[in-house]
Amino acid sequence: MPSLGLFLSQLFNGLALGTLLALVASGLTIIFGTLGLVNFAHGALFAVGAYAGYVTYNLTHSFVLALAVGAVVTGLLGLLLEWGLIRRYYARPPEDQILVTFGIGIVIVESLRLGFGGLTKNVPQPSWGNGILNLHYFFYPTYRLEVLGIAGLALFGLYLLIYWTRLGLIVRAGIEDPLMVRMLGIRVPRVMTLVFGIGALAAGFAGVVYAPIISASPDMGNRVLVQSFVVVVIGGLGSFPGAVVGGIIAGEILSLTSMFDPAYSDVALYALMALVLFVLPRGLLGTEGRV
Amino acid sequence: MSAGKRALLPEAAMLTVLIALPWLAPLLHLPTDVLTRSLIWGLFGLGFDILFGFTGLLSFGQAAFYGTGGFVCGWLLTSHTLSSVPLALVIGTVTAGVYGLIVGYVSLRRVGIYFAMITLAFGEMSFFLENSPLAKWTGGENGLPGVPTPTLHLFGHVVHVKSGWAMYTFIAAIFFVGYLIARRIVASPYGVVLRAIKSNPRRAPAVGHDVQRYKLSAFVLASLYAGLAGGLLGVFQGYMPPDAFFLSTSGQLVLSTVIGGRGTLIGPLIGAFTWIELRNALQQVPHLGAAWKLIFGAIFVLIVTLFRRGIAGEIGAWLERLRRSRAPAPAPQAFEHARAAAHVPHQPEAAQPARRRPGAAVLEVRNLAKRYGGFVALADLTFEVREGELLAIIGPNGAGKSTLLNVLAGDLEASAGQILFRGSDITREGAIEVCHRGISKTYQINQLFADFSVRENVEIGLLAHRRGRFRVDCFRSFGTDRSLRASAEAILGKVGLLPFAEHPTAEMSYGEKRRLEIAIALASEPKLLFMDEPLAGMSPVERAEAVQLIARLAAERTVVLVEHDMDAVFRLADRIIVMQNGVKLAEGAPDEIQRNEEVQQAYLGGVEAHEPA
Repeated sequence: MPSLGLFLSQLFNGLALGTLLALVASGLTIIFGTLGLVNFAHGALFAVGAYAGYVTYNLTHSFVLALAVGAVVTGLLGLLLEWGLIRRYYARPPEDQILVTFGIGIVIVESLRLGFGGLTKNVPQPSWGNGILNLHYFFYPTYRLEVLGIAGLALFGLYLLIYWTRLGLIVRAGIEDPLMVRMLGIRVPRVMTLVFGIGALAAGFAGVVYAPIISASPDMGNRVLVQSFVVVVIGGLGSFPGAVVGGIIAGEILSLTSMFDPAYSDVALYALMALVLFVLPRGLLGTEGRV
Repeated sequence: MSAGKRALLPEAAMLTVLIALPWLAPLLHLPTDVLTRSLIWGLFGLGFDILFGFTGLLSFGQAAFYGTGGFVCGWLLTSHTLSSVPLALVIGTVTAGVYGLIVGYVSLRRVGIYFAMITLAFGEMSFFLENSPLAKWTGGENGLPGVPTPTLHLFGHVVHVKSGWAMYTFIAAIFFVGYLIARRIVASPYGVVLRAIKSNPRRAPAVGHDVQRYKLSAFVLASLYAGLAGGLLGVFQGYMPPDAFFLSTSGQLVLSTVIGGRGTLIGPLIGAFTWIELRNALQQVPHLGAAWKLIFGAIFVLIVTLFRRGIAGEIGAWLERLRRSRAPAPAPQAFEHARAAAHVPHQPEAAQPARRRPGAAVLEVRNLAKRYGGFVALADLTFEVREGELLAIIGPNGAGKSTLLNVLAGDLEASAGQILFRGSDITREGAIEVCHRGISKTYQINQLFADFSVRENVEIGLLAHRRGRFRVDCFRSFGTDRSLRASAEAILGKVGLLPFAEHPTAEMSYGEKRRLEIAIALASEPKLLFMDEPLAGMSPVERAEAVQLIARLAAERTVVLVEHDMDAVFRLADRIIVMQNGVKLAEGAPDEIQRNEEVQQAYLGGVEAHEPA
């Protein structure tokens, strides 16, 4: 049996990973909710954030700047992609939307590989994240605790944006009934571009935060993409609370099972997904209606 | 050339190319291994194209079955459990199929976007399984080296298939058989149903096809092809690599299929050949070795955006246009003539439609309710439909009429209450079973199979009626079934669409599509027909014809009609039910309803009852 210290430390790991996954997945979920498409390039955008952060850090040696630039660059790329390509796809079958975002993802990842090489790039953790904290029962790396705080704050910011702003109101209304929103005379195309940008920004931000833990590599987004898919399947696609709850569940499963055997932690996550699909095909907090 | 011979042209062309390649390849500086590798991907893609190109299911997890087939076959051979390569290939293929059955069963609980995400996740799960828990058998990150090459016993000769052209011949022969089978499958009634599901996933179950089982069977087919291809990969390379399980393998298959042309069967082969050649060519150029995937990805985005049929699809479409422009074009007036001749066969109208004596109850509806959260669409409805009558249901917009028909036809599930058809409870049976009991429905908004001809639209319905909910008759031929054709034409004759039988559905006018909508519902020979606003959106002339058509249909079967056109309702109906806000307001003969003050107040709103709505 693992010791209490190990258990608590893995519990914290799960929470930190979970909030990060929740952040990535909520970007995915608000894009889906408003635009009706699943962004298969989301993992690639996560990697773009990490690389933009890496470049900025090397130039400025400021982690805060890296965080800001990484998020903004990814957000801008999102705006550009939606405006230049993805909006042409809203009238096309859903599989074409999946295909085009999947293709964009490959182009992004391969461009990163061509530009930065295939090897991992190390992004150092910020100076205020160095060290280890003594939490009485166990020692814990300071940065991981800060990840929990930073990602949690970002999620809270996203929550404020969705539930307490005019844009958020439109986004939520769009999830309920996209046609009605259009009929109310809201300039939907502009809102859609903005939403895609915000979703990308969330992925990019998470990419920078995560980079010191796993290092930046062109393929770093693949695993995150699949895991955030699992998160939204568990939580219910299109639901912001679902993404948060699903993210934390997924994070905890990944890290608590790895206490026993890391080899099985991903398998356990997928097994949970299969279970949820059997019992609640619409996910924990998914609503009826959208399929 | 006759149509029958032309149908075999792709097979003949494929065989010729496969035989000619060993002589052509040196001239084109194509290495043998590029061709062999392309064929393995092509075989992998045959199954995927049946799944995605024909059935419309975009899976991102095909690597799971490619890897399973490969590693089972590889393990059987390298562990010396088996010495026969063909037998190991068969067992690997079957194992992949069984795994496909399990994964498909879970993944197909959700459709569309969810399906793509879930298959992707299962693909990753399979990779993790191979990589650690099963590493004892699979070699984990190292894969399985030393997969032996096959030794075949052919007509008393022992042939050792080593590498190069012998290996090419071995794999090309297997690919060709796989291609023949796939061609038969897509041309069979089973294949037509798969295409119908892709074309209109909502109507396919309503005409009686068990969509879920068809999808699952297509998923299993795709995993069988994947498993065989995976096994061949190990045999070809003499080594089973773990990257067979990679996410990028599934992705590469999607890319190849879309670039080569989905729904063409040869698309994946063409797509795979393109990237394998591209990769080989760029590896000769310094610093560009890694760029092949970027270029391939960019081509992919371009093709998805501008040429969504892919290479083979666009060439096919171009050839088709060429063939059409060369063929003696029908005179421009011919179509108009057909249209003019195609009115519903006129029959002298009886001065007064004969009121039939009400028979026994066919359908009994007891305390039926349908709620959406707090919203009550139908509340406690009780009524019956009698044998042979035409029952009209009227009521203002939002009264719940369409919801009622949808619940009765099994498209929606009732929240409470009971529906009895000839005494049996059909409340929770669902659309497919209800259709097979002899109930069908025409939709308020046309639900046609837009990718098919007018005749095929009816035939899709007939296939369910004749073959049942689900049947894998993948070696029968759909195109040459004369009795099917005759039945379809008889139904089209009834609705006056016979002259358009061979026309693409998309070319039909709205009124004609409306009649096709009815023809599809007739394919299952319904004893009870629900019609949801059949006159909606029609011109006055079309309306008059449609009313006659409905009258004739009602003479042969029981009809429940929801309609806003009061003129038509009062002319056609034997009995009328008036609904408002999900409840029954009144019920009775047309003249009783006309006199009913409550109805006039609530529904007709003081307007003369005779005035058309």
